[in-house]
Amino acid sequence: MANPIIQVKDVSYCYKENGPMCVNKMNIEIQEGDFMAIIGQNGAGKSTLMKLLTGLIRPVKGQIFIEGEDIAKVPVSIISKKLGYVLQNPDRQLFAETVREELAFGPSNQGIDEEEIKRRTDYILESVGIAHLADEYPPALSKGDRAKVVIGSVLVMEPKIIILDEPTGGQDYIGRYQIMNIAKKFRQKGHTVIVVTHSMSLVAEYCDHAIVLCNGEILLQGTSKEVFSQPEILQKTFIRPPQITELANRLKDELKIDETLLCVEEMGDRVLEHIPRKNE
Amino acid sequence: MGTIIEAKEFSYTYPRRENQVLRNINFKVQEGEFIAIMGRNGAGKSTLSQALDGVIPHLHGGTVWGDIVVDGLNTQTASVADLAQKIGIVLEDPEAQLFTTRVDDEMAFGIENLCLPREEIIERITWATKVVRLEGYWDREPTALSGGQKQRCAIAATLAMKPKIMVLDEPTSQLDPIGTYEVFDVIRSLKEEYGMTILITTHKSEHIAEYADRVMVLENGQIEAFDTPQVIFRNAELLSHVAVRPPQVSSLAAYLNSYGQNIPRNEFPILLDEAEQMVRKLIGGK
Repeated sequence: MANPIIQVKDVSYCYKENGPMCVNKMNIEIQEGDFMAIIGQNGAGKSTLMKLLTGLIRPVKGQIFIEGEDIAKVPVSIISKKLGYVLQNPDRQLFAETVREELAFGPSNQGIDEEEIKRRTDYILESVGIAHLADEYPPALSKGDRAKVVIGSVLVMEPKIIILDEPTGGQDYIGRYQIMNIAKKFRQKGHTVIVVTHSMSLVAEYCDHAIVLCNGEILLQGTSKEVFSQPEILQKTFIRPPQITELANRLKDELKIDETLLCVEEMGDRVLEHIPRKNE
Repeated sequence: MGTIIEAKEFSYTYPRRENQVLRNINFKVQEGEFIAIMGRNGAGKSTLSQALDGVIPHLHGGTVWGDIVVDGLNTQTASVADLAQKIGIVLEDPEAQLFTTRVDDEMAFGIENLCLPREEIIERITWATKVVRLEGYWDREPTALSGGQKQRCAIAATLAMKPKIMVLDEPTSQLDPIGTYEVFDVIRSLKEEYGMTILITTHKSEHIAEYADRVMVLENGQIEAFDTPQVIFRNAELLSHVAVRPPQVSSLAAYLNSYGQNIPRNEFPILLDEAEQMVRKLIGGK
């Protein structure tokens, strides 16, 4: 197994002096090339943890290592070369006149030469699927396209780690599919992807590992399957699971279900197994 | 209960644009109805929401054809200030409407501008705080709240105005599953206890199936359908045309049919209870 690319050691953080700990003595290791989900209720500490990783806020206690380096000793500008952060609300980070300028902004601030910037933006425009929008005004784009531009503006920095904070909130299901496929594609190229999300089906579909946060602490940590096989603990964080999971729970005795079902197809197969054949 | 919102041949073009983002919109909403507005990103949902409270055209400019009448006021001639007392809007991005340094100031700002007495302001924000369950947060800074708390704070600020109509644009896009049900429960109580008329845009089909009286489906700036959730969510052709996902239990019925079952379209479940009944009936013999 590769070395952990991110290591969080006994990290605590509170927004107000002597206030409640929004992140409390957390320990996390994320391996290079992982597709990791961070889940938990609103206020569980997900976004706070992400801000800690990016160095936007600094731990009150504990240390964070990225590629073995303690980020407390490193300015945000250096961290941002390794770790790209797509905010919860992508519109907050759009400001340029055209999509191409939006993408070029980050690299141009790192003193990268024109030619290289052009190479990178062309590549990102293509791979994110927004080449036809290069000269458009970003705020006038559809919500799905705006999200792609923002993700592109982070990917163009060529970070090893990409954090997507609730990337599919408010997206229709085509937008959701396209965004997650971009993440999947870059993961296949060796990037480490961290997704903060409320969507359990998204975790089931895309993520290898998941961390469940609750009140600033880690409630569960493991592969997505391991996490989903703990319905009692999950109930603590997600009182209302997806409709299909709830249906499976209601019928678990009749259909002999002993795990957490998340997809319509899984549930459908269980029902089909139990439908009596006509000629029996 | 009469008609509270009526749109007549309403069309709209944003400034410096040529295409109509809303085209020949005609509909009526009755007082006390819970309406969901669905459709793909870019279908015109947010534009329609903003046309209802007069922000379109008064703030955005652009060209308008036809009329929208909200509780007797024509949105083209009435001022946004007058409309704001009839219709409250919660924006898709809560951060776009939060600007004070304390949660209680945020909730009080709108009604302070109505020049209400201090006691009444306190009474109303206390009520709104309770409705959205943000008790104990009055001295917090809105920008430091979590995404879901921000959304609830924005809802409370609008609620405190006690409008007859609430328009909520994706009010749960950043909420966890519990928070989403909480907000839908809050909205339902506004309808049931206070007789408010609700219009909500969202992609969350399961919630709409459970809460909405009628669903308006927008596609490319036009109303493609406007009917009960049952009729809308059982119309597979419509849903795939407008890129709206049916509730999971409806998809389950479709999946079962693709493996040889014969569940009639007009019996497709949209609610959990209906799905449970359907499955029990199917496996009944065993």
